[in-house]
Amino acid sequence: MHNETYPQLVPLLIIIPAIGAFINMFWGAKLGERVSGYVGIAASLLSFIISVLIFSYLSAVHGAASVINAPLGLGSWIRMDSIGLNIPWQFRVDTITAVMLLVVTGVGSLIHIYARGYMHGDPKFGRFFAFLNLFLMFMLLLVTANNFLMMFVGWEGVGLCSYLLIGFWWDKRGATGWRNANAARKAVIVNRVGDFGLLLSMFLIFWTFGTFDYYKPGEVANVPYTLYTNGYITAEQAKKGDILAVNPAAESQAAETHGDAHGETHGAHSKPARETLDNSQFAPSRLGVFGQTEYLMSLPEGSPERVINVGGLELDFSVMLFLIVIFMLVGVTAKSAQIPLFVWLPDAMAGPTPVSALMHAATMVTAGVFLLIRANVFLDHAPEARAIIALVGALTALMGGYIGMGQWDVKRVLAYSTVSQLGFMVAAVGLGAYVAAMFHLVTHAIFKACLFLGSGSVIHGVEHGHHHVHAHAHGHGDDHHDAHDEEDSFDPQDMRNMGGLARRMPITYWTYIFATFALAGLFPFAGFWSKDEILADAWHLGFDKGNPIGYIVLGILLLAAAFTAFYMWRQVQMIFHGEPRSEAAANAPESTLWMTVPLMVLAFLSLVGGFINVPKGAPFHGMFKDYEFKHFLESAVPHVTVSPSLYFNWGLALGATFIAFAAIFFAHSIYAGNKAVRGTARRDPLEFVPSAKPIWLLANARMHWDNIYFAVIENPFNRIGKFLADVVDWRFLHDYFHDVVIKKGYDGVGTLLSKPFDKGIIDGAVNGVAWLFKQFSSSLRLVQTGYVRVYAVALLLGVVAVVVVMVLPLLQNG
Amino acid sequence: MFEGLSLTTIVLFLPMVGLSILLFINPKQTENIKWTAFTTTIVTFLASLLMWVNFDPSNPALQMVHRFNWLNISVGGSVISSDYYVGVDGLSLLLVLLTTFIMPIAVLFSFGSDIFAERGREKLYYLFMLLLEWAMLGVFVVQDLIIFYIFWEVTLVPMYFLVGIWGGEQRIYAAVKFFLYTMAGSILMLIAILYVGNATGTFVLPDIITKVTAPDWTWQIEGVAASSDVTGSLLFLGFFLAFAIKVPIFPFHSWLPDAHVQAPTAGSVILAGVLLKLGTYGLVRFNLGIFPEESIAYAPIIGVLAVIGIIYGAWVSYAQTDVKKLVAYSSVSHLGFVVLGIFALNAQGIQGATLQMVNHGISTGGLFLLVGILYERYHTKDMAAYGGIWKVAPIFGGTALVISLSSMGLPGLNGFVGEFTILLGSLGSSVLGFFYTLFATLGVIMAAVYLLYMFQRVFMGEFKAPAHAHGHAHDAHGHSEEGFSLNLKWNEIAALVPIVIMVFWIGLQPAGFFNVMDKATNQLVQDIQTVQTRVEAERAETSAILTWESTVALVSTAQQGE
Repeated sequence: MHNETYPQLVPLLIIIPAIGAFINMFWGAKLGERVSGYVGIAASLLSFIISVLIFSYLSAVHGAASVINAPLGLGSWIRMDSIGLNIPWQFRVDTITAVMLLVVTGVGSLIHIYARGYMHGDPKFGRFFAFLNLFLMFMLLLVTANNFLMMFVGWEGVGLCSYLLIGFWWDKRGATGWRNANAARKAVIVNRVGDFGLLLSMFLIFWTFGTFDYYKPGEVANVPYTLYTNGYITAEQAKKGDILAVNPAAESQAAETHGDAHGETHGAHSKPARETLDNSQFAPSRLGVFGQTEYLMSLPEGSPERVINVGGLELDFSVMLFLIVIFMLVGVTAKSAQIPLFVWLPDAMAGPTPVSALMHAATMVTAGVFLLIRANVFLDHAPEARAIIALVGALTALMGGYIGMGQWDVKRVLAYSTVSQLGFMVAAVGLGAYVAAMFHLVTHAIFKACLFLGSGSVIHGVEHGHHHVHAHAHGHGDDHHDAHDEEDSFDPQDMRNMGGLARRMPITYWTYIFATFALAGLFPFAGFWSKDEILADAWHLGFDKGNPIGYIVLGILLLAAAFTAFYMWRQVQMIFHGEPRSEAAANAPESTLWMTVPLMVLAFLSLVGGFINVPKGAPFHGMFKDYEFKHFLESAVPHVTVSPSLYFNWGLALGATFIAFAAIFFAHSIYAGNKAVRGTARRDPLEFVPSAKPIWLLANARMHWDNIYFAVIENPFNRIGKFLADVVDWRFLHDYFHDVVIKKGYDGVGTLLSKPFDKGIIDGAVNGVAWLFKQFSSSLRLVQTGYVRVYAVALLLGVVAVVVVMVLPLLQNG
Repeated sequence: MFEGLSLTTIVLFLPMVGLSILLFINPKQTENIKWTAFTTTIVTFLASLLMWVNFDPSNPALQMVHRFNWLNISVGGSVISSDYYVGVDGLSLLLVLLTTFIMPIAVLFSFGSDIFAERGREKLYYLFMLLLEWAMLGVFVVQDLIIFYIFWEVTLVPMYFLVGIWGGEQRIYAAVKFFLYTMAGSILMLIAILYVGNATGTFVLPDIITKVTAPDWTWQIEGVAASSDVTGSLLFLGFFLAFAIKVPIFPFHSWLPDAHVQAPTAGSVILAGVLLKLGTYGLVRFNLGIFPEESIAYAPIIGVLAVIGIIYGAWVSYAQTDVKKLVAYSSVSHLGFVVLGIFALNAQGIQGATLQMVNHGISTGGLFLLVGILYERYHTKDMAAYGGIWKVAPIFGGTALVISLSSMGLPGLNGFVGEFTILLGSLGSSVLGFFYTLFATLGVIMAAVYLLYMFQRVFMGEFKAPAHAHGHAHDAHGHSEEGFSLNLKWNEIAALVPIVIMVFWIGLQPAGFFNVMDKATNQLVQDIQTVQTRVEAERAETSAILTWESTVALVSTAQQGE
C-alpha cells in the first residue's frame, strides 16, 4: 500500500486531463460521441486512480507532506536572479490536497460519466468534454500548488472554464443564447473583482515574506494534536518548537542549494513527520510564508523584525496579516459566492446541469474555502479578520437559505442553497474550525452534486416528456436536443411545471430524497455530521470561550439550517409529490443508466459519507480508527479547534435535528399533496398568507441584489464610459484640442517661419526634398490634399531639425 | 568602417540589403516582390536569433558592439563627436527580437491583401515595410544620440506613407495627425539631445551615463543662468514628452485611435507591436539612464498619469462600437501598465515592464490580426455587424479567445506575467506604493470587462454573415451559418500560429526572457538607487521638481541676464 513514488505522480494529474482536453478540443467532432466521451471519462478516472494512490501513501506516512518539482526541467516560472525572485512550478502534496484531490476527481469522474448521458446528442459534445477535462486540470493545479501564484493560475483557469461552460449554449436561438453569454461574462467579471482583492493580497504577501511558497521544500507543517486543548494557539505554544518540523538538515540544504530549476525532485518524507522536529535548520527568512508567520508572531510585539514596510505603509506584522487576510477574503467572496459578490452564481445556472453540479456546487466554488483552509496559519494569527470572515459566512448562509425559499426554478433553488452552504463553510473557517469546514466541503460536494445531477435528470425527463407530447401533437421527431434551439414558452426547469415525478422517475426520486436529507442535516446522513460539527464549534466558541462571535454565528446558522430544511422539502414536494401539473411532467421518463448510476453512488455516499468523522460519544464513532478525517488532516491543518468535535454535543445535535424536522414538517403542511402551487396564476401558497406575502415576495425578488447592482454599479459604469469616450476623449481631446491647439499652433509656426525664410535656402531645400520624393515615387500625390500645407510645415520642421543638428554645435562654441 | 563589424550591424542592415534588392525588381512582378520582402524579414529574424544565441546574459554591458567615429568637430577647444555605435544589452535584445518577430508576420499577412486590389503599389508598400524595420531596429541598437535621433525620425516616414496610402477612409487625416504629434515631441527631444551633448561633450550614451551618474555632476553650463535642477528637469521633460506621445501616455494619446484605425492591418500590427515600444524603450534607456535623479522626482506624477491611462484607456475602450478602435484604446491601458512598471524604478517593475512591452506586441498585434481577418470578410469594423463567428469557425474563435485572454492577463498566458511583476514592482517601489497599485489593479477588472464584451459581441450570439454577401455571391450558402466559412488563407493562419505559440511560451516559461534582461536592468536599478541614496541625503536642500516658483525664477533670471 505504501509506495514512496506515488507523490511523484502529481504532475500526471495535470498532464492527463490536459491530454484529454487537447484530444477533444481538436478531434472531438471527428471522434464522435462514444470515443470522445470515453476519452474524457478515462482522463478523469485515471486522475482519480492517481489521487487514490496519493491518498493511500499519505495515510501510510501519517500525512507527511511532499514537495515535487515540475518535471522535464520546467520547474522555474517567474525568476529574476539578480534580486533572488523565484516563483517555481512546484507541487505540494499534503492531506488537505489529498482530500481535495479525492473530491475533485471522485465527484468529477461520476459527473463525467453522467454527462456522457446528459449531453447525448448535443452538437458540441466533444467540446463539452474538452472543457470538462480542462476544468479538471486547472482545479487539480489549484489544489496541488505549493505557492500562491501557481494556485492563482488554477484559480483563474477554473474561472475560464466556468466562463466557457456557463456560456456553453451561447448559440441558442434568440434571447436565450445571449442571456447565457451574459451570464458567463458576468461570472468572469465578478470573479475578477475578487481577483483584484486576491492579487493585492498576494502583492502584500510577497513584500512581507519575500516569497509565495507555502512551505519550502523540506519544511513540514505538523503539530502534535495534544498541544491544543483550546481553540487558539498562543505564541508560547508556537515557540515550544513543535510547529515547524523539518527533515534532516542534509536534505533541506540540498533543496536550497540546488535550486528549483533543475527539475529534480525533493525527497518525499519517508518517515512520519513528527519524528523529526527541529526548526533551527532554517533561517527564519528562508522559511515559507506560513513558517515565517509562526516565527514573526512568536516575536514580542514591537520588535523591529515585526515591522513591515511596504509601499509607503509601515505596519506591525499582525496588522499586515489582517490586511492580507481581508484582501484574500475579497477573492473568496467572489469565487465561493459570499456576500457581496455571490451574484454571479445563480446566473451561472445557465450552463448545462453537469457543469452546475461539478463546478458551481461541488468543486470550483469551494476553491475559496480551500484557500482559506490552506492559509489557516494566517487566519489563526488574525482573529479580527477571522471574525469578519465568520460573519460574512454566516450572513451568506442565512441570505442564501432565505432567497432559496422563494424560487421557482429548480436549479436556482439549488444555486442559492449552494451559496448558503458555502456560507456555512466560510463561517466555519472564520470560527477557526478548519476541519469542520473541510468536512462540510466534502459532504456538501457529495450531496449537492447528487441534488444537481438529480435536478438534471428531472429537467431531462421533463424535456423528454414535453417533446413526447409535442411529437404526438405535431408528428415531429423525438430529438430532444433541438430544444436548445427552440423558441418555446415551456420552461422545463420551472417547478410549477412539475409535480408527481416520484412515480415516473423512482431512482431519481429516491436518490434526491437521500441527498435532501443529507442537506437538511437529518441523522445519520452525511450532512448531519458535518453541519453539526460546525454548529458545535460555534457553540464551543460562544459558550465555552465567551466569544460573542460564537453566539452570533450559532444563532444565524441555526436559522439558516431551518431555512435549508424548509426550501428543500418545498422543492421535493413541488417536483416529486402531488399530481403532475403539466403534460410534460405526466410523460417524463426515467433517465438512462449513464445518469442514474452516478446518482445512486452519490446517494449512497450521502448516506454514509459522514461516518468518516464521527465525534466521540456519538453512534458510529470509531469506524475509521486512525484514518478518521480529522486525524488525517491534522498534519496539514495544525491549529484545530478540537474539543467540541472530540465529544459529541447531544443537546446541540438533538436541537438542530429538531429544528430540521420542524422546518420539514412546516414545509410539508404548506406544500404537501397538491397544495404546492395555488390558483390559476400558479402562485406560491405563502402569497395567500398576508403576513408571509411580503417576506416571500422579497425572497422571490432575490432581495433585489441584481437591481441594486445595476443601479449602483453597472449603469453608472456604462454611462461614465460613454461620456469619457464620446465627450472627453473624442469631442474634447481628439477634435477640439487637436483643431485649436495642435493644428492652429502648427499653422502659426508655419506662417511665422515662412516669411523670413520664404525665398531663402530653406525654401530651396524643401523644394529639393520634395523633388527627390517625387522622383522616388509619384505615389506621394495620393496623400497630398488640403492638408498639404500642414504637411509641408512638418517636413520643413524636420529639415530645420536636421540642419540644427549639424550647425548648432558650431554656433554654440563659435 | 567595416573593422569590428558585429552581428548587430549585420542584423540592422539586413533589411536594407533586402530593400536594395527590391528596388531592382519590376513593380509588376508582385510574387517576386513579396517573397523578397518576406525572405528578408525571415533572414533578419534568423540573424537576430543568432544574436540571442551569442548573447551572454551574465554580462550587463553592451555586447556585439560595432563602433567607429563619423563626426568629429573641434571648435574653440571643445570636441563634439558622434560615433556610429551599435550594440545590444538585454533590454535592447528583447526588443530587437520582438521587432524581427513581428515583421515577418506583418509582411506575410499583407500577401494578397485587399488593399492592393484597391490601391496597388505593392512594391512601394514592401519597400516601406523594410525601411520601417531598418529604422526601428536602429532605434533599439544605436548608442549614439544623434544617430538615435535620425533613426527615430526615419521611423515616421514609412509609417506616414503606410497609413496615408494604404489606410482607411480617413487615412490622410490620420497620417498627418500621427506625423504632427510625434514630430512635436521630437523637436523638444532634439533640443534636449543637443543640450545634453553640449553639456557632456559627447553624444555617446554609455559615456553620458557615466558622466551624469558621477556624484558631482551638474547640468549647468557656462553662460546659462538656470540652475542644474531646473535644467535637468527641462531636459528630462524634453525627452519625456517625445516618448510620452509615442507610447502614448494619457493625455497624449489622441493621435492613436486615428492612426490605428486607419492604418492597414499590417500597419496596425507594427504600430502596436513595435512602434509604440520605441517610446517605452526610450523612457527606460534615456529618461531613466541619463536622468535618474529627475526620474525619481517625477515618478509619482508619471505614475499618476500611468494609472489614469490604465483606467481611462480601459473605460473608453469599453464604450467603443468599432472593434479596431476598441483594440486601439486597449493599448493606452496596457501601456499604462508598462509606464507604471518603468517608473516603479525597481527590478520587478522594469523587468516586468520590458517583458510587458514584448507581451503587448504579441497580444495586441494578434488582436489586430484578428480584426484584419474579419475586416477583409465583413468590410466593416462595427461590432454590430458581427456575431456568432465562433460557431462557424471554431478554431479561429478559439484562437481569438486565447489572444483576448492573453491580453486580459490570464495566468498561464503571457500577459499575466508582465502585468503581475509590474504591479508587484509598483507596490514595493520606494517612489510609488500601495495606492498606485490599488488603482492600477483595477485595470485587471476592466480589461476583462471590455475584452469579454468585445468577444461576446463578435464571436458569440447569433451568427451574422457579411452583409456584402447579398450583393456579391448569390449562392444560397452565403448567409446561413451551415454553408458559411471564413476560409482562412494560409498566410493568415501562418501569421497567427507563431503569435499563439509565443502567448503560451512566455506565459509558462518566462524565466528565459527575464534572464536575458536581468543583468542589464539590475545595472540600471543600481545606478538609480545609488543616485537615490545620494539625493535623499541632499533632500533638505532643494526640490528637484520643477515648480511654478522655480519656473518664474528661471524666467526672471533669464530676463535679468539680458
